[in-house]
Formats: sequence, structure tokens, C-alpha cells
Amino acid sequence: MMAIVKNKVGIVSCSGEELPEGTVSRIATRLVLEKLRPDETVTICLPLFLAGGEDERSFTRVYPTITVDGCEKQCAKVGTSKYSGKPAATLLVTDILKKHPELELASRDELTPEETIVVDLMVEEIVKKVDEILYQQKRMGN
Amino acid sequence: MTKNSLVYVIPCSGIGKTLGTVGRKATYKLIEELRPQETRTTCLALLTVGDKAIVDKIRNVPCISIDGCPVRCAQKNIEASKGLLLKRFLVTDVLRKNRNLKPKGIIKLNPEGEKLAMLLAKEVAITVDNIIRDE
Repeated sequence: MMAIVKNKVGIVSCSGEELPEGTVSRIATRLVLEKLRPDETVTICLPLFLAGGEDERSFTRVYPTITVDGCEKQCAKVGTSKYSGKPAATLLVTDILKKHPELELASRDELTPEETIVVDLMVEEIVKKVDEILYQQKRMGN
Repeated sequence: MTKNSLVYVIPCSGIGKTLGTVGRKATYKLIEELRPQETRTTCLALLTVGDKAIVDKIRNVPCISIDGCPVRCAQKNIEASKGLLLKRFLVTDVLRKNRNLKPKGIIKLNPEGEKLAMLLAKEVAITVDNIIRDE
């Protein structure tokens, strides 16, 4: 049985190439991985769950995992659950848009400055979840 | 435009690597600038989770995969969905032909990465034209 890796959280973003919300998911995920919690987070390409092998599919058993989805189809949540295991937390870009109806998304390649506000809000949500999971791990002595 | 004059161009998600971003960028350059009438894309993750609507679609519309790395997630997900895959591209093949370019960045590509993406997009555009001509 594989052990959970201490002090590391997995983040799986939907690929989201077709929709602006998917681009927000990807960029927000990368910002957390590269800039905000580089030592505490890891990722995997979602389609690798199908294309890869057992090593890739053990991801959620090794890292408590947050899924980040662009749209209501929630491919990251569904795909992670189907191939690897239940995510520790799930986040959705459209939930942020519901809370902030003044913000709109239209670009799926280069985001405008207004669209990057949605990215910043999603980054905040991801970081909050990462820190919550790490805090819980610490409390449980993992 | 009839259904048969459309081609689906599906890149890998490539969230972990620069060359994945090059593949995705090439796809956007193709579908938004070079061949907006003839091409569409879809989220690869929909194939990973087996979304029926898109799986049915790609079984009947010609598809091209663009992968960043030799694991070839886009190709394998299309094949697993029994999609009509007519051509497979690999970013590393284009990079090999353009060794002077050093792509960097995942969130944002450097100018050399953008240039590589456009070179790839132009190669894919020729393939799209050939597929539509032969339909």
C-alpha cells in the first residue's frame, strides 16, 4: 500500500482547451504550483490518468488532491475519481463567476486584465484549500 | 459548411510541460487565426471521462492530435475513444527541425515558444487542407 507523501498536496486541473473557464483553471493551477506554493504542491496532466499506467493512477493515494474545474462537467473531479480516487477538495471556476456576476470571460488563449481577476480569485481559493489540507495533516501528525 | 469539411484538432492538456503549452498554443493559432472555418477543438479531458456527446462526434469527424511529449496523451485518449484519428503531431518532432528555438514557460511562452507554436500550426494547417481536399 502506498503511503501519503508528507507536506505535499496534488492539484489536478481540467485541460479545458475549449473554454475560457478551462484556461482560468490551468493558469490558476500553474500559478499556485510555480509561484505561491512551489514546495508544497505537485500536479499531473489529467489525460495521463487514461494514457498512463498504475503509477499515474496512484496519484490521489500518494497526494491528497484538489481538483480545479472550469465548467459544470467537472472533468477533473470526475476523471480523478474514476481513475485514481476521491479528491480531498473540489473547486469550480463557475462558482466564482456566480459570486461575481460582474466578471465575464471570453478569451481562451490570452486572458485580458479583467479576466485575470478571475484567475486571482481562483488562486486564492486553491491556496486556501492547500493550506487547510496541510494544516489538517499536521494536526493528525502525518 | 458541411460536417465533412470540419476537422477536430485536439492538443494534450500539457499542464506540466512547456512543450504541452506549445501544442495548445499551436491549436489556438490554427483554430482562431489560420483555419477558423475549417477547424474546431475540444477539451481532451472530455475524452478522458468518456463524455458521450463529444465521443460520438469525434468518431464521425476527422481528428488530428497534437502532443507535447512522447507519452502522447492526446493520441491515446482519441484512440481509446475510437475517434477518427487521421494524423498525429508531436511537438518534439517540430522542435528537432528547429533546434535554434528554445521554448520556455508554461503559463506564458517566451517569443521562441510562440514562434515554434506558429511553425507547428502552419504544418497542421497543411494537413487540414489535405484532409478536407480528400474528403
